[in-house]
Amino acid sequence: MSTVAEKKQKLSVPFDYNRYLRPNKLPHIWCPGCGHGIVLKSLIRAIDKSALTKDQICMVSGIGCSSRTPGYVDFNTFHTLHGRALSHATGIKLAKPELKIIVTTGDGDALAIGGNHFIHTCRRNIDMTILVYSNATYGMTGGQYSPTTPVGSMATTSRYGNIEPVFDCCELAKAAGATFVARGTAYHTQELERILLEAIKHRGTSVVEILDQCPTYYGRQNKFKSATHMMEVIEKDGTVSVTQAEKLPPEKIKGKLLRGILHRVERPEYCDEYKKLTDRAQGK
Amino acid sequence: MADKKNRKFIQGNEACVEGALYAGCRFYAGYPITPSTEIAELLSARLPKVGGKFIQMEDEIASIAAIIGASLAGLKSLTATSGPGFSLKQEGIGYACMAEVPCVIVDVMRGGPSTGYPTGPSQSDVMQAKWGTHGDHPVIALTPAYVQEIIPETVRAFNLAEKYRTPVMLLYDEVVGHMREAVTIPEPGELPVINRIKPACPPEEYLPYDSKYEIAPLASFGEGYRFHVTGLNHREDGFPTNDSKIIEEGIKRLMRKVENNKADIWKNEEYYLDGADIVVFAFGTTARSARYAITKAREKGIKAGLLRPLTIWPFPDAAVKDAAKRAKAIIVPEMNLGQISLEIERCACGVKVEPINRVDGEPINPAQILSVIEKYS
Repeated sequence: MSTVAEKKQKLSVPFDYNRYLRPNKLPHIWCPGCGHGIVLKSLIRAIDKSALTKDQICMVSGIGCSSRTPGYVDFNTFHTLHGRALSHATGIKLAKPELKIIVTTGDGDALAIGGNHFIHTCRRNIDMTILVYSNATYGMTGGQYSPTTPVGSMATTSRYGNIEPVFDCCELAKAAGATFVARGTAYHTQELERILLEAIKHRGTSVVEILDQCPTYYGRQNKFKSATHMMEVIEKDGTVSVTQAEKLPPEKIKGKLLRGILHRVERPEYCDEYKKLTDRAQGK
Repeated sequence: MADKKNRKFIQGNEACVEGALYAGCRFYAGYPITPSTEIAELLSARLPKVGGKFIQMEDEIASIAAIIGASLAGLKSLTATSGPGFSLKQEGIGYACMAEVPCVIVDVMRGGPSTGYPTGPSQSDVMQAKWGTHGDHPVIALTPAYVQEIIPETVRAFNLAEKYRTPVMLLYDEVVGHMREAVTIPEPGELPVINRIKPACPPEEYLPYDSKYEIAPLASFGEGYRFHVTGLNHREDGFPTNDSKIIEEGIKRLMRKVENNKADIWKNEEYYLDGADIVVFAFGTTARSARYAITKAREKGIKAGLLRPLTIWPFPDAAVKDAAKRAKAIIVPEMNLGQISLEIERCACGVKVEPINRVDGEPINPAQILSVIEKYS
């Protein structure tokens, strides 16, 4: 146990993000006001608390703004094909189960082009942590509507308002078999850090949907005044934590998305089961 | 005389499994598709026994993605498919070319386009193997014709993939994939097995695309070399670039890996080719019919000979040009409507090129080829 004085001393030392970043690869490509950098901050702090070494982590991504994250961090990093991050990650994990896989993906990457891989990864319950940066848009290509764009929203491919219903990423993950499902936001950074640490520590497929803002495309097209305005409306006022929600009457939580750990169960993990299969095949 | 225990009566697809395991393949990801499924079925039983990994993925795209991931984690990796699945795998093949990830893709060719004729043979994926993925990229594709031959050619596919850090395709048709023949399983040490070169430098100095090498050493994820891999045009350090000079040099270097090493990659079989004035150029099952037709032609005193490529890509230009010098005609039988015959025309220096084509799901028989040989005699 550390003393109070030691704890104070520790707090007075600023967190050294550069230990986990590749500073010579900065500045990043994200726009001013984008939430991806905030998410990265929470992720780095969670990894630091997890006690995993940099060599133990393999960060995998697909294509899109969120998928640029691995380029900036000092792990084994793998920027793959659009939608296919989880399939590449499955290959790495099965080949080298001792690696901790963290996937950074977006709403389009994970839930549209990668939807099939997403549900089957959850079904297998293979050990990896999937961060779905959900900003309701395809930012990299200029603001088209995605599977999480709300009905009625404007996008460069929905000029008269989006008519497609949304996917609830967390419900989808849970139904598909993920054993840890949570939702956080770029607004609630400390809460996100706690959620990500739990997700990383979980053995099995952990999915964290992170509500995040794209002021450049979604924000401008939908008459948000600023990035902070988006964060307040979508992330702060648009959500309620699961613990708060328990105490509130139904009318107070209507239309709001729940934040926090929404689902956590134990179920056999894929690589563990594969190890047993190998033992059976070898007659052990 | 080979030991009896090494003699087996097996299908082409089983021979592919024997070759893969011989080469040290320890990872397979695939999706069921006729007529290649036996490869997956057998490896699902065999790989766990040798400590390898097998996974049936949710689709063809996921399968190639998984083998790319597994290869970067250090395992020799394989996937097998057929025409429609080969189409789906093209995006991953392009990624493996760009990121220089060794892996082997088996395409047991069936009739197309689309779902086509799943249980009939075809040779109509040879151009897809070359041009199926977008962008300029190096291609190595091998075309065995006999069940026995599939074993060393599968080993060679892995060897070339590891040596040149690139995907290698093994193309054979449904006939040889499902045909059963007596084979001898090679003894350990009998065939060369090549493993990728790993970096010897300290991690902080490692460049996964170091331009001082023709083919840079490849580290594995999780071994202390925290490198970056992307399908974007990249620098020597693996990180993306918009520098036009580096982009062009990077793509040219990819192409040079194969272009400068064609002599090492090419492999042809010649049968009565010396002094032949009628040359038959054929690969896969078709070459077996051609060989029989040539034997019959020789019995009749016709100077016919066979040039059979075991490497179809890079295209054996030199061998075709050489054979064309002495030929009055080059006959090109193939189970498609004329894919390789155009390559032959390109190399034949004006010599008459006569295609024989068949797309009815039946193999080209010796009589068909012999009648064309006789026409030119």
